[in-house]
Amino acid sequence: MSLMSKPIVAVKSVVIRFAGDSGDGMQLTGDRFTMDTASLGNDLSTLPNFPAEIRAPQGTLLGVSSFQLHFADHHVRTAGDAPDVLVAMNPAALKANIKDIPRGATIIVDKDEFTSRNLTKVGYETNPLEDGSLDSYKLHAVALTSMTVSALSELPLSRKEAERSKNMFALGLLSWMYHRPTEATEAFLKAKFSKKPDILEANLIAYRTGWNYGETTEDFANSYEIASAHMAPGTYKNIGGNTALAYGLVAAAHQANLPLFLGSYPITPASEILHELSKHKKFGVTTFQAEDEIAAVGSALGASYGGALGVTTTSGPGLALKGETIGLAVMLELPLIIVNVQRGGPSTGLPTKTEQADLLQAMFGRNGESPTAVIAASTPSDCFDMAMEAVRIATTYRVPVILLSDGYIANGSEPWKIPDVKDFPDLSVEFAKTQENFMPYERNPETLARPWAIPGTKGIEHRIGGIEKQDKTGAINYEPANHDFMVRTRQAKVDGIEVPDIVVDDPTGDAQVLFLGWGSTYGPIASAVETLRNNGEKIAQAHIKYIAPFPKNLAAILEKYPKVITPEMNLGQLAMLLRSKYMKDIVGYNMVRGLPFTTAELVEAAMGVLHND
Amino acid sequence: MTDIALTKKDFTSDQEVRWCPGCGDYSILSSMQSFLPELGIERENIVFISGIGCSSRFPYYLNTFGMHSIHGRAPAIASGLAISRPDLTVFVITGDGDALSIGGNHLIHALRRNVELKILLFNNRIYGLTKGQYSPASEQGKITKSTPYGSLDTPFNPVSLALGAEASFVARTIDSDRKHLTEVLRQAAAHKGSALIEIYQNCPIFNDGAFDQVKDNETKEGSLLMMVHGQPIKSATTGVIREGASLKLVDLNTVDESALVVHDAHDPDPSYAFSLSRLSGSSLEHTPIGVFRDVVRPSYGAMVHEQLDAVIAKDGPGNIEKLLNSGDTWVVE
Repeated sequence: MSLMSKPIVAVKSVVIRFAGDSGDGMQLTGDRFTMDTASLGNDLSTLPNFPAEIRAPQGTLLGVSSFQLHFADHHVRTAGDAPDVLVAMNPAALKANIKDIPRGATIIVDKDEFTSRNLTKVGYETNPLEDGSLDSYKLHAVALTSMTVSALSELPLSRKEAERSKNMFALGLLSWMYHRPTEATEAFLKAKFSKKPDILEANLIAYRTGWNYGETTEDFANSYEIASAHMAPGTYKNIGGNTALAYGLVAAAHQANLPLFLGSYPITPASEILHELSKHKKFGVTTFQAEDEIAAVGSALGASYGGALGVTTTSGPGLALKGETIGLAVMLELPLIIVNVQRGGPSTGLPTKTEQADLLQAMFGRNGESPTAVIAASTPSDCFDMAMEAVRIATTYRVPVILLSDGYIANGSEPWKIPDVKDFPDLSVEFAKTQENFMPYERNPETLARPWAIPGTKGIEHRIGGIEKQDKTGAINYEPANHDFMVRTRQAKVDGIEVPDIVVDDPTGDAQVLFLGWGSTYGPIASAVETLRNNGEKIAQAHIKYIAPFPKNLAAILEKYPKVITPEMNLGQLAMLLRSKYMKDIVGYNMVRGLPFTTAELVEAAMGVLHND
Repeated sequence: MTDIALTKKDFTSDQEVRWCPGCGDYSILSSMQSFLPELGIERENIVFISGIGCSSRFPYYLNTFGMHSIHGRAPAIASGLAISRPDLTVFVITGDGDALSIGGNHLIHALRRNVELKILLFNNRIYGLTKGQYSPASEQGKITKSTPYGSLDTPFNPVSLALGAEASFVARTIDSDRKHLTEVLRQAAAHKGSALIEIYQNCPIFNDGAFDQVKDNETKEGSLLMMVHGQPIKSATTGVIREGASLKLVDLNTVDESALVVHDAHDPDPSYAFSLSRLSGSSLEHTPIGVFRDVVRPSYGAMVHEQLDAVIAKDGPGNIEKLLNSGDTWVVE
């Protein structure tokens, strides 16, 4: 494929959205394009967006699944506000996405799918490919299906089977347009279909035919090139948040020299962590698919009691079910990690969409004064670091730690500079040893942690439980003063958890407005800050990763900046915490659409605060 | 095995026992404390995990490891412990409300998986700790604080429920029959996998006399159908015979003893044990007692560890560096 005869145009960044029926393989197509892009050294960020239904009726708006990728020759913070290229595999995909596509963008459609029946199904009265409604776009109506089928005519496949390779045709065409290398995808296909030679052949032929079509057809006048981004030296891989989180848990358990026990019940969008961890038995990881969310956290707590690293993973509705057991863990003062990959709520809400509205549930969603540590990951690769932090905090302080992620960073991906295992912290733990007059609630004076006293240790047999207990001895105790003391002590333990100071990015040092976020809003905020500074605005940025407790220097930072703007995908939950703790007014920017913020809207929101007076 | 034989005293904690006077829990506790030395297991390797209810105070009174957890969740918590620590002997202490109502789901799934747990279900057919509401084991029409006009619910038969959940060991015994209770505990302890023991337990405050039919000297011998492996199943007056696919009660005066069903606790077909469990209803007039079922099935924890070991034997132990560098990677110079 060296015959690059067409002109090549250099561009700095591109946003592509692949959209099709949920059975069209758009996530796979996007994933492969991402991998090939990553290996070229472009920086990138991805945003899959799929329906909750596994297979909604074919060709309907409900069934449209998409995958957006932003790649560039510079640092990329988000999956991009608006696509430069939309690949629409059918009329439903066009109709569902056209509102996000700016005029002048490129639209590539499979024109074979624009039949009157398919058009009617989604409410098109006339064919948009012919009625002029797409005149302001660069429209490429490509006979994707029929060209795929005819390219595969020699293979012993039914028409239906042949059609299934059309996503590879589209991938081939886009790979030609953006000069993506093809070796890795070919190797991927060979591995995936090693036992199905006809299907493998079909995919390879479709992929190559798509590429050749781009090169030969007059429909595409030129191709594009994006220089590699400047990145720190090292080995990289593209990683999604759920995978990074699973890796972080495995690595942390290894650093702690503890067997990892995951008790989990499948729930979108957290199940991938269960899937990933279930592969890693050679690291001594036990995954227990429990009968329900309560048993999932219960089994994890039981494993922790026995000296394993007990972890449970879930999403919002599951966190609600786990509340009572987390309260027991608060009382038992045992290490426990609860990962909540947030999704749209309340109730079943928007299972496949992102949201940050479980923050207050994580903070307070239990009976009584029931403090836990609460921390949040900010990007896909940050899930690795925060998983390790969750383990550090849980084992050092013997507390439940709620680690918040969300659908955006769980499913999204970015290049990750693979860390050196030699740099990992020592997380080794000490269990209580055989001793006379053992006191199960005698505390470490610095951390206030009680001993981790596991069964099997001679001479320290003791009983614990959810009933209030006496200081030091752990015996049942209902005395008023003791209860007040224990309530305050459990709170003091969480308040005293050591967390890193928050870092403020304020290049000029005299910004008056601070953009303060938490969780997955990091990317959109950083992107908006970049745009604002390029436009000559002075603005500072800081991101909160530790919520319970907050970093010690947060008070001083809030005091320094006259105005603080906090975007959240909720109705102002972090803002509520900040206002109540620091008596600081916070300007909220709140949208609860199940989608991450766009750079443009955050720029606009900030401009309002910057120039409002 | 222990170096020095332990005694009942070694298993008795320093906590004052706080059940109501006359509660059946006292005799169960005493039997357990006397039985534990017989196991030959060090105290530190025994764990009692309970839920919520009167019976769930049990762990406080045993000088072993113990956890008094939350309502209904003991089998789930104990599963995590037993799976990750196969070296421990784990008992679950629960009641008819804790195990059959709020925790029903965890009970059936622990039994289905055959997790190495010995579950003691204290069945007093009433809610004691919340002061006298009917339970899922209460007989229909029961007048209680929450059912002044009589309860409408059909009760669970805990033994039938456990058998339906694929339990590999199911038994029934009585709080006051120390000898029988101890023998059932002995067989449960010898069983690999989960064991469910239903213990009829009298609540003298809210449901006094609930089990008089099988406790009073005048009625018990005619009511208790003794199940002993290899022996015919019978009470003083009644025996059990086969009729087609099911079992039937018969007056001992009308049949020869050779016609009676000889108990086979190891019968692989659970429908046999299930038929036995259906011989008694709420009335207790004919109540099978002993081990209904005791079959060999791999325990869950053992399978978990076999799978872990097999993967490590095949692939070698995991290497974090390799894991992080797996898949598509690229180098930036």
